[in-house]
Amino acid sequence: MNSAMFIQHMLNSLTLGSLYALVAIGYTMVYGILRLINFAHSEMFMLGAYFVFWGITLGQLPWPVAMAIAIAVTASLGVLVDQVAYRPLRDAPRISALISSIGVSFFLQNVAIVFFQAIPREVYRPQWLENPILMGGVRVLPLTLFVPLLSLAFMLGLLWIVYRTKAGLGMRAISKDIETSYLMGVPVNRIIALTFGIGTALAAASGIMWALRYPQLQPIMGTIPGFKAFIAAVFGGIGSIPGAVIGGLALGFIEIMTVAFFPDLAGYRDAFAFVLLILVLMVKPTGLLGERLEDKV
Amino acid sequence: MRRGQTILLNCLAVTAAGLFLWLAQDSFDGYKIQILNLIAINVILALSLNLIYGFTGLFSLGHAGFMAIGAYVCSILIMTPDQKDMLFILEPAYDWVQNAQAPFLAAVIAGGLAAAAAGVIVGYPLLRLGDDYLGIATLGFAEIIRVLANNFPRLTNGALGFKGIPDYANLWWNFGWCLVTLYVIVRLLQSNTGNVLKAIRDDEAAARAMGVNVFRYKLLSFCVGAFFAGVGGALLASLLTTIDPKMFLFTLTFNILMIVVAGGLGSLSGTVMAGIGITVLLEWLRVVENPVDIAGFELPGVPGMRMVVFSLALIVIILFRREGLMGMRELSWQSLARVFSRGKA
Repeated sequence: MNSAMFIQHMLNSLTLGSLYALVAIGYTMVYGILRLINFAHSEMFMLGAYFVFWGITLGQLPWPVAMAIAIAVTASLGVLVDQVAYRPLRDAPRISALISSIGVSFFLQNVAIVFFQAIPREVYRPQWLENPILMGGVRVLPLTLFVPLLSLAFMLGLLWIVYRTKAGLGMRAISKDIETSYLMGVPVNRIIALTFGIGTALAAASGIMWALRYPQLQPIMGTIPGFKAFIAAVFGGIGSIPGAVIGGLALGFIEIMTVAFFPDLAGYRDAFAFVLLILVLMVKPTGLLGERLEDKV
Repeated sequence: MRRGQTILLNCLAVTAAGLFLWLAQDSFDGYKIQILNLIAINVILALSLNLIYGFTGLFSLGHAGFMAIGAYVCSILIMTPDQKDMLFILEPAYDWVQNAQAPFLAAVIAGGLAAAAAGVIVGYPLLRLGDDYLGIATLGFAEIIRVLANNFPRLTNGALGFKGIPDYANLWWNFGWCLVTLYVIVRLLQSNTGNVLKAIRDDEAAARAMGVNVFRYKLLSFCVGAFFAGVGGALLASLLTTIDPKMFLFTLTFNILMIVVAGGLGSLSGTVMAGIGITVLLEWLRVVENPVDIAGFELPGVPGMRMVVFSLALIVIILFRREGLMGMRELSWQSLARVFSRGKA
């Protein structure tokens, strides 16, 4: 393997990793606050991509406008799902909300099959993302630079919200102790809705960029990336936003580099993440940066 | 009600069910018999999941993986070497796969045992995890099994899967296994072991404090559940006569979870009733996917609508009737007798 190829692979893993990271942030934020694995998150990823597709083809919108609208619509959908399917179950056993989220996930996926049809669709890519540019002798698709940079921008925005605003303070308070937050006057339900909104917006953004990178839309496109992103969140330490980013990037690198160095293993690509998950859970269940969650008696 | 009476009534009920099957075999058309077969298999699968989740509190989403193991092991054993010769076109099968053969009963048991062995292997590291982590890890296990099935063409014929598996699984086999499953699980839960399992479900820390070896009991329940999931998968393979890795997606686990939740976590009679109801409902919902002809107007069928309705039903159940049909209660002869005597008075 020469250095040009190696740089290619590095950029590819950075792209894939940052897409995983964006989705993983949504999982980790919701889990940090509600202790809920939000299965429907992977469907938000898929819906975001479809909304952009329809915005461009039906609405004749320019690409950035379609993206902004799609993210906003998906984010409101995420809030709606929380209000309808999870909020009534706040006091129920934790697994009830999990089962509800599995139900929502299947529901959205099949609604997508009914309305968008199961045939894969081609996605429009802006020309300026497709023409390779030469960078020091390496041919690089602008896309592989654009995706990590835009993801970075989203992540910085998120960190600003979580660590520099009052709403972010509320989020951190709730994830430490939800009952006490109520007592201290934190508007818990509004903050949870906001958390779902932000998490879903990031998933939608990731889905849209995924559709640029791998330009095909199908109703089931969210499932596998969704699982992997969740695993990335566990790997990084669930509940920790930096952990989700590190986990996502690490998973991207592991996947691309393993296939690059051992092409024979390409068929097992989808299993890497799950093997990693089982290993992490066996060795260090709290992940890289996670806090220990004690079982209360 | 005395024990003797209960046993007598149970025997009568089984005889009545047998009589019904005997009549059904001759008078029902193939489609209805197929639905009856699916009912039996779904009940086996749902009972095994209810043992794991409803009675022991282990949130496992790995059922499709256990079913896949059972289905592949059983199919390899019941197909003749000639058949396998024709089937493995990607790469020739391993010799031991090529020559292995067993009668149907042994093949189904082998499928179940293989699944139970897988249950030990994955249960050993994973059962120490908390509930939702266990769910996602077992889901990972099922996905790994699927990826393996895709990538070992000499064992599983890769993505093509098996076709023309002998269709031994008739009404008698399926309902026979259904009865065996019900009997084993009822006996297990009525024994002291069953009490321990329920104690672990209700309060693991307290059970541990009472000196229960929590891990060993969890593993036991997980393996028995995995065994019957493997049996269900084996029967399904022989019933449908074709299997491939795509069949064992998460959707399969989802359908079984739906039956368990609808029937009531921790209620075997609820699971049986929900198993019958949901299997029939799932078949009936095929109507909305096929074109309907109403007074000369043809309404086009909507593919996917079935699962939309189905998943919506799950959400509604979990939101408005979380305990399902039966909650943790059981339908027993005593409770029936009480209903009737109240009617008389």
